Amino acid sequence: MSEAAATVQEEEKQERSARLRDDIVTTMLAIVAALLIGAVLIAFSYERSLDSLSYVFSYPQDFFRHSGDAIWTSYEAMVKGSVGSISALSETLERAAPLICAGLGVALAFRAGLFNIGAQGQMIVAALAAGYVGWTWDLPVGLHLLVSIGAAVVVGGCYGGFVGALKARTGAHEVITTIMLNYIALLGILAFALLHPAFQRPGQTEPLSDRVADSAAYPVIGDLHLGILVALLAAALTWWILDRSTLGFQLKAVGSNPEAARTAGMSVPMAYTSAMVLAGVFSGLAATMLVNGDRFAISSTLFGTIGFDAITVALLGRGKPLGTVLAGLLFGALQVGGRAMEATSVGTSPDLAQVLQALIVLFVAAPALIAALTRRRRREPPPAFAAPSTQEEAA
Amino acid sequence: MSTSTAPRTASGDVAIRDRADVLRQVKTVVVLAIAALLVLLFALSVDDPKIYWTLEERARLDTRRTLNAHVVAWSAFGYLVVALVLAALNRIRRGWVAGLVFFGAGLAFYAGFLMWFFADQRELAGIGAISIVNPLPQTVLYATPLVLGALAGTLCERAGVVNIAIEGQFLMGAFFASVASSLAYSAEAGLLGGALAGVAVASLLACFAIKFHINQIVLGVVLIALCLGLTNFLLGQIPTARENPVLASYLNQPVTLDPIRIPVLADIPVLGPALFNQSLLAYLMYASVALVTWLLFQTRWGLRVRAVGEHPKAVDTVGINVARRRWSAVLLGGVFAGLGGAFFTVGSTGAFDQNPSNGQGFIALAAVIMGRWHPIGATAAATFFGFMLATRDQLSVLTKIDSELLSAAPYLATVIAVAGFVGRVRPPAASGEPYLKS
Repeated sequence: MSEAAATVQEEEKQERSARLRDDIVTTMLAIVAALLIGAVLIAFSYERSLDSLSYVFSYPQDFFRHSGDAIWTSYEAMVKGSVGSISALSETLERAAPLICAGLGVALAFRAGLFNIGAQGQMIVAALAAGYVGWTWDLPVGLHLLVSIGAAVVVGGCYGGFVGALKARTGAHEVITTIMLNYIALLGILAFALLHPAFQRPGQTEPLSDRVADSAAYPVIGDLHLGILVALLAAALTWWILDRSTLGFQLKAVGSNPEAARTAGMSVPMAYTSAMVLAGVFSGLAATMLVNGDRFAISSTLFGTIGFDAITVALLGRGKPLGTVLAGLLFGALQVGGRAMEATSVGTSPDLAQVLQALIVLFVAAPALIAALTRRRRREPPPAFAAPSTQEEAA
Repeated sequence: MSTSTAPRTASGDVAIRDRADVLRQVKTVVVLAIAALLVLLFALSVDDPKIYWTLEERARLDTRRTLNAHVVAWSAFGYLVVALVLAALNRIRRGWVAGLVFFGAGLAFYAGFLMWFFADQRELAGIGAISIVNPLPQTVLYATPLVLGALAGTLCERAGVVNIAIEGQFLMGAFFASVASSLAYSAEAGLLGGALAGVAVASLLACFAIKFHINQIVLGVVLIALCLGLTNFLLGQIPTARENPVLASYLNQPVTLDPIRIPVLADIPVLGPALFNQSLLAYLMYASVALVTWLLFQTRWGLRVRAVGEHPKAVDTVGINVARRRWSAVLLGGVFAGLGGAFFTVGSTGAFDQNPSNGQGFIALAAVIMGRWHPIGATAAATFFGFMLATRDQLSVLTKIDSELLSAAPYLATVIAVAGFVGRVRPPAASGEPYLKS
């Protein structure tokens, strides 16, 4: 009996490691494929290689030499600019920290079967809360930071939880409500707050907030603020919630089959609400990385596409905490490196970083495509990307 | 939890009332009561009832007329009270009568609100007071891309493919419409370019969703990210007019569409200038609504597409190729979404600027769900959004309401509508599920 159990365990372990190896190989291949397409884009956007295209039939080597130069310069700048030096590395870590946190929020909701597109809105309201505490209240060092983070987490959690409660009570589709709440946060709440004396920087006519006080900032080592450590702690917490707690078990059960979970006595509305509260909490934490960590002033452009990037981070991380951390680091590096590419003589647009991000996720999501390209065996998408019915059939 | 509807007699009356039906009535009464109360407040707060108005798009001193805000506001209040009493007594018959009554209630609320908003102005020297103008031309203009996007979404979802990527199709459509229009020096060529770009994104969507069985919501988000990055990247490659005027004019200085006035129809009061003095794109939009409705509900192709979206296995069993139907629906949807994207360049402002659609694709997606996956419903929902956007523009001339609240209002209204009235809607049964032949 125990021997059989041991064999089963052994088999499970082997299967797990095989899947892990597969995941790693697929991700690597996806990155390579994305970089190849990126290389084509670089080559065709470089003026000199385009010029040489006009006589490509008489001197093809010119085109290839210029293109090669452009690709090499751009990618070299990207690597050097993101991990090549201590300051570059700390910049990458600082950019990765909010991506990881917001990505964790998306991943957690994803495991409960909810698609949280609302990280952007949750971050906006949370940033306002953290900022307000950060620049108006006067508290001792340390406590001030904690209270500021706490405010962000509570407000973010409420904003996220509202979506979950709506979904649980009225069945309103969370994709729509999160999108709409993003706009309400950006066009309504943020625009209003930034012109309100409580938030607007004194003596400023532009919609721009103050920066948080020194006592409410994350501790700094060298150039690096310690947001990344908080992000790692958040990842560990997510792992604990998902893999070790009753709540996580319920979330996953509801995520994979709400009917079965209900039959087993779990409360589906409760699971939806708590998943979205947690998602909002992590988004709120992500907001503190920008407000208390980088100490940026809040403006309507501060958040960029970070809520959207968080989704791709969570997807690339396959909805798992460790994966999300790695994906966040990769995307942070891509974004920092993208800016470095622009500074070279080739002047490749930093928007290439976003194209690369999307391509990577696209290729990871479609292992069948990679398999077709590399003639590896054909497979279905990994669980995190599988469409609902394939998941049910596998179960 | 139960969403079952009460059994009804042939005349449409509810014979036995269950909890859901009572709940619906309570909801109606509460909403009407709130509306009536607000209109009462509006009516009471009007001191100077003189309001200028005109049926034209712009108010001029010589053509504007005046009305008495008290009369309008109180009659709106009266209508709402009557509707409220009828609803409380459960005398509003379900069906088109109820629809008409609620539409009237919405109109009454809008009228009451406008009376409050435009009353009590101080006259400005030279301009006079600001007048109420016809909001419908603006509504149709704003609704054009939304309707086209919503049609694309409806087509895809009816075939069982969730299309979140409408926003991405808008972006690519807008960009390539601009490029095509600049290259060919013709706005119509721009429309063609936009449609082709929409189809290109649609073919990516179809390929990954139908062939590689990826979760379609994930896919949509990724495609949006890709389109956003790609259009920004390509835009960065186009030199500005100062750097290289020749190349810039070839690539991103499109010819825009001019409004075409249809002779007799455009003279119909109120509706005429709104519907029949628009650009070619708007006329294409009307045609598309009719075309999609006809295709989906009157043709063999439509029947099969709907069947593929509801029960692919059954369709497969009778020998119809599921994947091919889905491909055709998604690609056709791409045409509409691409045309909708063209609105943002050749249909309105001209040159492509970063992220011109700015999330309108998501609104189109919301319209698909609010319209319950029916082309007419989706069109109505998209038009409602267009109306909210037009109202926002119209109200922004006065500062009675914070501009932030005004710009957030359409989205707030959607949340309320989706949570309060649409609720648990039933999508096509196989929407989002890839079909795996076993």
